[in-house]
Amino acid sequence: MSLAGDISAGTPRIHLSKDMQQLIYRLLAAGLLCVALSVATDAFFTTNNILNVLRQASLLFFLASGLTLVILTGGLDLSVGANIGLSACLAATVIKATGSPALGTLTGLATGCAIGVCNGLMVAKLRIPSFIATYGMLWVLHGLTYYYMAGETIHGFPPGFRQIGSGYFLGIPIPVYLMIGFLIAGTVFAQRTVWGQQIYAIGANPVAARLTGIPVDRRLILVYAFSGAMAGVASIVFLARLNSAEGDIGEAMTLPAIAAVLIGGASLFGGVGSVFGTFVGALILTLVLNGMNLLAVNSSWQPLVTGVIVIFAVWLDMIGRKRS
Amino acid sequence: MRAVMATTPRLELAAPPAVPGTPILELKGISKTFPGVKALDDVSFAVWPGEVHMLLGENGAGKSSLMKVLCGAYQADAGEYFHNGEKVEIRSPADARRFGIAVIFQEFSLVPYLDVAQNIFLGREFPSRIPGLLDRRRLYREAQKVLDLIGLEVDPRTKVHQLGVAQQQMVEIGKALSQDARILVMDEPTAALSDRETERLFEVMRQLQAKGVALVYISHRMAEVFALGDRITVLRDGKLVGRALPGETSPDELVRMMVGRNVDMSYPRRFATEPGEVVLETKGLSSSNGIRDIDLKVRAGEIVGLCGLVGSGRTEVARAIFGADAVTAGEVRIFGKQRTGGPDAAAFAGVGLIPESRKAEGLALIRTVSDNLAVAGLPKLFPNMMFSPGKARRSAQELIQRLRIATPSPNQSVAVLSGGNQQKVVIGKWLAAGTRLFIFDEPTRGIDVGAKSEIFALIDQLVAEGAAVLMISSEQAEIVHVCDRAYVMRGKRIVGELGRADLSEENIVRMGMHDE
Repeated sequence: MSLAGDISAGTPRIHLSKDMQQLIYRLLAAGLLCVALSVATDAFFTTNNILNVLRQASLLFFLASGLTLVILTGGLDLSVGANIGLSACLAATVIKATGSPALGTLTGLATGCAIGVCNGLMVAKLRIPSFIATYGMLWVLHGLTYYYMAGETIHGFPPGFRQIGSGYFLGIPIPVYLMIGFLIAGTVFAQRTVWGQQIYAIGANPVAARLTGIPVDRRLILVYAFSGAMAGVASIVFLARLNSAEGDIGEAMTLPAIAAVLIGGASLFGGVGSVFGTFVGALILTLVLNGMNLLAVNSSWQPLVTGVIVIFAVWLDMIGRKRS
Repeated sequence: MRAVMATTPRLELAAPPAVPGTPILELKGISKTFPGVKALDDVSFAVWPGEVHMLLGENGAGKSSLMKVLCGAYQADAGEYFHNGEKVEIRSPADARRFGIAVIFQEFSLVPYLDVAQNIFLGREFPSRIPGLLDRRRLYREAQKVLDLIGLEVDPRTKVHQLGVAQQQMVEIGKALSQDARILVMDEPTAALSDRETERLFEVMRQLQAKGVALVYISHRMAEVFALGDRITVLRDGKLVGRALPGETSPDELVRMMVGRNVDMSYPRRFATEPGEVVLETKGLSSSNGIRDIDLKVRAGEIVGLCGLVGSGRTEVARAIFGADAVTAGEVRIFGKQRTGGPDAAAFAGVGLIPESRKAEGLALIRTVSDNLAVAGLPKLFPNMMFSPGKARRSAQELIQRLRIATPSPNQSVAVLSGGNQQKVVIGKWLAAGTRLFIFDEPTRGIDVGAKSEIFALIDQLVAEGAAVLMISSEQAEIVHVCDRAYVMRGKRIVGELGRADLSEENIVRMGMHDE
């Protein structure tokens, strides 16, 4: 008997699923980044900077977590950034008009969710490919927002409302609590509910899912509504943090959110990925950009680096899966 | 106990009828094997100039394979070709074209958004004197000549997608003739044609015959076989089982030659004596997919067959019952209640579909055995909508044992299982969902013999436990062996029902083919 055979027979092996392995690699990558940045700069490993990274990651994560569910079904939502714009501007108007942050917040969430439902209906009922439907929606929302704002800015909100974006509780920013809350809720929803399982099944094979009796249309509408609602959440946190609303608020957020999902290990073909993976993806992306700032790298390089990381992460996943 | 239809077919090959002259094309001892299937086994076949040679056989008898060997799409593993008595090689479609062989498949090879002339001369366009440009005037002039030849009165500038099926067929024929085809092979050319269009096609065929073109004609219509054929060849299970002249044979004799396939069924089926309540009933059912006026009933404890030729509408009936295609008229009743809504509603009512294409429609290949086994039964297994991976795995483990699915673990990717085990996973997911009416569409397609018996034993067990089964199969022998009774379809309608006593391959084929 060969030596190799003896060793493999004698060593108890922990079996990890492919998805779990990929996740562990990502956590290791994030950890390595932290260690490297701590060594390279004095400014990285400070309470202020760590909290700053987490707060930035949270904004990215709100969008990316909703997007993750859409991508799990094999779809894409390109309208999330534009959704933030309209949701934030409407919420700002309501706060200004009524003086009620609660009503304003509700308006932002409802607007985001309604836009998501529209996307879902176009994809599920009209059978328009999600890329096209949400791309069209992106322009429609930009158009509506620009017309509505007419170049104006709405600013100056009640201090209580601004706490949502810039306040602290026990020394930790409020958005970070929100992020942890949505991380737990999203993970439970995707992994531990019947609906979550059905969403994975739809992404893995939509035809089979339908012929297995899964109400595919309703689940699709649900995930787009959820993605829209998360854009609504992002719009409120954004608004509270910036203390002002403009027509182009959130416009630059869509592509980084997609990047976070992809770095987090989700497949654009559907059926593969997780909310936790996306959380790690958002963290990695934020860490890298933060590190570049601290190292005083010209910010013009940031898009290039983002692109390289996305391609590299997806390529590693592909060779990882092929080996099995 | 009925005798099992597993008699070895007797081969009574008449000597090839005497013919003057040399065949324009002769194939001797052609064999072609695919993994697990002998598609063609020592088939010899000859065709003479100016004759119509009818090729007959059931689904899967080897007609399509023979066509593909003829046109060079498949390379035979063994056998010889003779063209005008001279030994030749046909290794590619280009070789076949050189010997004047042209094949018109049921699925046309025309480009819909090009016009008639461009399609006829596709890949053989006429260059203009200016390098890189095409001589369009000459293209339409030549196309018009071809259209005159076949008597098709359309403008060569008409886009093909604007033509009817019959006209497209004529364009295909014109295209073949423009390539100087001397041997024209046609696969069920009249399947989609009206009576008038059929007449027109036959007229063109007679003109071609008069010009010495040899025609090989695959048909499922007995009337055509006797009206047009000069010579008949019958295939079964990839083997040549008979040659005949139309004047010396009868439809009954041809049907007898076509059926009698060998099936290995090594378990006895217990036929229910008392079927239970009516589980499925359709009344005047028509669907968006073309089926019309379907009336059928399936009771608990019964296996009911749905047979007919490929394309006769069997799968479409299954899809309409399951809600995958829209019902345009009539109704589907499950346990007496009218079914409305889509597949989710049907599944909820207790219907499970085991589709023909396991990989494309039955399974999520990137997911595990456990995931696939749980997916249909999720609402039943987890009534409070909270999913538990442990419980799903335990349920999967039970099914794996009960169905004897060969997999190292429930966490194995379903993609690596064999066809038979994959099929068991698809059946298992419906068991987890508490399904009472199983619709099987070609349950044994692509499954080896041992696994076939297992699948049938499983189906038998299902009905013994009170389930109802509707089973679609192209293997007449399977239907005869397994079913309590069967409906026969032709042209998107049910044309007859065969009770246990009348259920024979010959009756199925006769009903499925006759066209009075």
